[in-house]
Amino acid sequence: MEWQFFLEVLVGGLLAGVMYSLVALGFVLIYKASGVFNFAQGAMVLFAALSFVSIQAMGVPFWLALLLTLALMVLLGVGIERVVLRPLVNQPPITLFMATIGLSFFLEGLAQMVWGTDVHGLELGIADEPFDVGGVFISKFDLFAAAVGGTLVAALALFFSKTKLGRALRAVADDHQAAMSVGIPLKHIWAIVWGVAGFVALVAGLLWGSRLGVQFALTLVVLKALPVLILGGFTSVPGAIIGGLIIGAGEKLAEVYLGPFVGGGIENWFPYMLALLFLLVRPEGLFGEKHIERV
Amino acid sequence: MNPHRKIGDVILQAEAISLSFGGVKALTNISLEVREHEVLSIIGPNGAGKSSMLNVINGVYHPQQGRVIYRGEARSKMRPHEAARQGIARTFQNIALFKGMSVLDNIMTGRNLKMRSNFIQQALYWGRTQREEIANREQVEKIIDFLEIQHIRKTPVGRLPYGLQKRVELARALAAEPTLLLLDEPMAGMNVEEKQDMCRFILDVNDEFGTTIVLIEHDMGVVMDISDRVVVLDYGKKIGDGTPDEIRGNADVIAAYLGTSH
Amino acid sequence: MFYRESGQFKSSYAADSAILTIAQDRLFIAALLALAFVVLPGLGSDYLLSGILIPFLILSLAALGLNILTGYAGQLSLGSAAFMAVGAFATYNFMLRMPGMPLLLAIFLGGLMAALVGVAFGLPSLRIKGFYLAVATLAAQFFIEWVFTKFGWFTNYSSSGVISAPPMQVFGIAIDTPASKYLLTLSIVALMALAAKNMARASIGRAWMAIRDMDVAAEVIGIPMLRTKLLAFAISSFYCGVAGALYAFVLLGTVDAQAFDLHRSFQVLFMIIVGGVGSILGSFLGAAFIVLLPICLNLLGQAFHDTISTQFLANLEMMLFGGLIIFFLIVEPHGLARLWQIAKEKLRVWPFPH
Repeated sequence: MEWQFFLEVLVGGLLAGVMYSLVALGFVLIYKASGVFNFAQGAMVLFAALSFVSIQAMGVPFWLALLLTLALMVLLGVGIERVVLRPLVNQPPITLFMATIGLSFFLEGLAQMVWGTDVHGLELGIADEPFDVGGVFISKFDLFAAAVGGTLVAALALFFSKTKLGRALRAVADDHQAAMSVGIPLKHIWAIVWGVAGFVALVAGLLWGSRLGVQFALTLVVLKALPVLILGGFTSVPGAIIGGLIIGAGEKLAEVYLGPFVGGGIENWFPYMLALLFLLVRPEGLFGEKHIERV
Repeated sequence: MNPHRKIGDVILQAEAISLSFGGVKALTNISLEVREHEVLSIIGPNGAGKSSMLNVINGVYHPQQGRVIYRGEARSKMRPHEAARQGIARTFQNIALFKGMSVLDNIMTGRNLKMRSNFIQQALYWGRTQREEIANREQVEKIIDFLEIQHIRKTPVGRLPYGLQKRVELARALAAEPTLLLLDEPMAGMNVEEKQDMCRFILDVNDEFGTTIVLIEHDMGVVMDISDRVVVLDYGKKIGDGTPDEIRGNADVIAAYLGTSH
Repeated sequence: MFYRESGQFKSSYAADSAILTIAQDRLFIAALLALAFVVLPGLGSDYLLSGILIPFLILSLAALGLNILTGYAGQLSLGSAAFMAVGAFATYNFMLRMPGMPLLLAIFLGGLMAALVGVAFGLPSLRIKGFYLAVATLAAQFFIEWVFTKFGWFTNYSSSGVISAPPMQVFGIAIDTPASKYLLTLSIVALMALAAKNMARASIGRAWMAIRDMDVAAEVIGIPMLRTKLLAFAISSFYCGVAGALYAFVLLGTVDAQAFDLHRSFQVLFMIIVGGVGSILGSFLGAAFIVLLPICLNLLGQAFHDTISTQFLANLEMMLFGGLIIFFLIVEPHGLARLWQIAKEKLRVWPFPH
């Protein structure tokens, strides 16, 4: 039936959208706490997934491998903060952005130099088989990924609004100097944030890795997350989710209903056009704060 | 004070201007007039809406209500560059120089409106472009002489001390040969000598070029000395408008500044 | 000791605003041009011309284009390669569909098409800034790549999606040897670099830098935001378009849309970061650096070919590029061009310390 097919595409798109949100979350975290648009998030996803499967391949059990990778990612995050960001503090945001593009290249090279360039399979033990909900077929794996994503977002949202550390993070994001002057230890905070972003990258890396295989192409998921960010606003955790859902659903629906008329393959640019059109109407994004320019 | 300077007709009228950001009211129902060749000061406590008023006059902000009539032409939504084309120039409270450029280039940018050659002529840098560059450079050098900043012409503005940066910003505004010059706290953060220099420049500009000047200033001594008229704002409302002597005796103004209730 | 400006006085504003104000600089450039135009085409080996100099010149032109937009006008773009693609495919179609059209005219029109597309994708720059705009330029990158891959008309329905250069000639001279290709590229690049330098020191260049440094103040001083930004997009894309046409026809001969992918855009961006953001000279230095680094690494690889795999070298290259970007942003944000300037200033007073 027509509407059933439509629903299936829509739900598939929404669930895929959660996967995009997962990557976007890593961006939001770092942007919120340091004002850095971290283009290297995709490289971090690759780095995490590649490290995990390589450690596992050495015969290390799943949970231990997970812990080791997590430790590695936190270490990496702290290292990035110290070597790249600290010397660039108080530089214009665009400079920091370009630095993270460089970082992205560096990490991709490093990950492949250390762990090799082979494509690795990654098995999380969840079958990617369809699941019947009232005549609409939904992938079990997608549901699982969505559940993980949802939990992560809920946890982060609570963390930002309820804990002392979360509030400190928001203060830092608003104004570095003001935050320092009321005694918030900026360096520690940033190290923590980059550590948490490393953790988010690990989760995204595992889910995306088991879907695509762990390989260089994983870094490209960053390109899926960017339109989500523009749509949702760089500073909003819920924005990353809603943006992801809209982009995921919009992309799949466009591919199915619009694609055949233009020869297909539009998923690379459609999310960007969607986000761009949206920006023209609302330059601050869905949940972003309106910025008043003072002179 | 300046015997051969004659204050002329009204050239700018702000009519019942109201401006708010979100729920915050910055300006409420403000009307004021600016007369040709005069020096008008806008004073008031911090947050009174002084800078917002300047921003409304040259089109950086668009008021929700009211309109600005400049030389008989009413407008409600004018872009800043159109205001510049009509002869309104401006300096900013926090210095707004082009940090990556030299002093000379900053001031030359003030003359961009006077240059007519198109980008193809500029790419060839020949004929009209070259003539324009030289002619405008001569004008800019006059301003550089006038403001006594010859020695720093080729210095990147970022390396200059604060007082000189303020002076360069004035030079850039003057380069546009404005009829109406808006100065937002031109003397803030200056020492006494720098203030005296700046006062002299402002009066000289007013005197020699007949430029109408609207300025925001906190130093009451300066304001009372150089202004022909003073407008007082408080919490986005106009509470006084008159000659320096009238303002000195205005009870509302005294209350706003001294905080007495009545 | 010989690099001195003492005794050289400027007696007019024209002399003061000339490109090269010091006699020794003029001499140096004259010698460089003589070397480039006269000596190298005759004495340079085919490998030097086709393998190093032509790619260097073409990438310099693309870097110049991006530098106009990003370095001067302050609008970060991640889509330069897309505009190169427009230039290449448009030039190809002009020559294919209008037989007898002169090569130079086709390249010029190809650049104009790139400029038009650049303006279209520059329109959002009025409402969005910074990395929102950078992400928006990615839309151009992906959309344009897709158009040239999906619609066969642009490649004249070639089954593999490639376009190939027809026989080329300029003013009756066949462009078929490395030396003639090099001279054609050099002439175009030299003229366009001069034009860029001229624009940079005239009112349009000042307008670009003004909106880069402080857009509100620029508008208040009378610079129309939309027109100035769009002009930057148009001229930048024109430069990239011409570079793309040269890249396709003169350098490779046969290309598909993938030759102008996101990776190429990043490559051009890296050139201006390493070379110098907002510097004409920097565009050339950056391009030279990016062209020479892999060649040097390869030589290194050949020297140790028993112990180093090509895979290792490829990864090392990525790490080096990435690391250098970070290094330059931290240590010398104005790139090699600034280092060059410092060296010159030191030379001016040498052998005295101050």
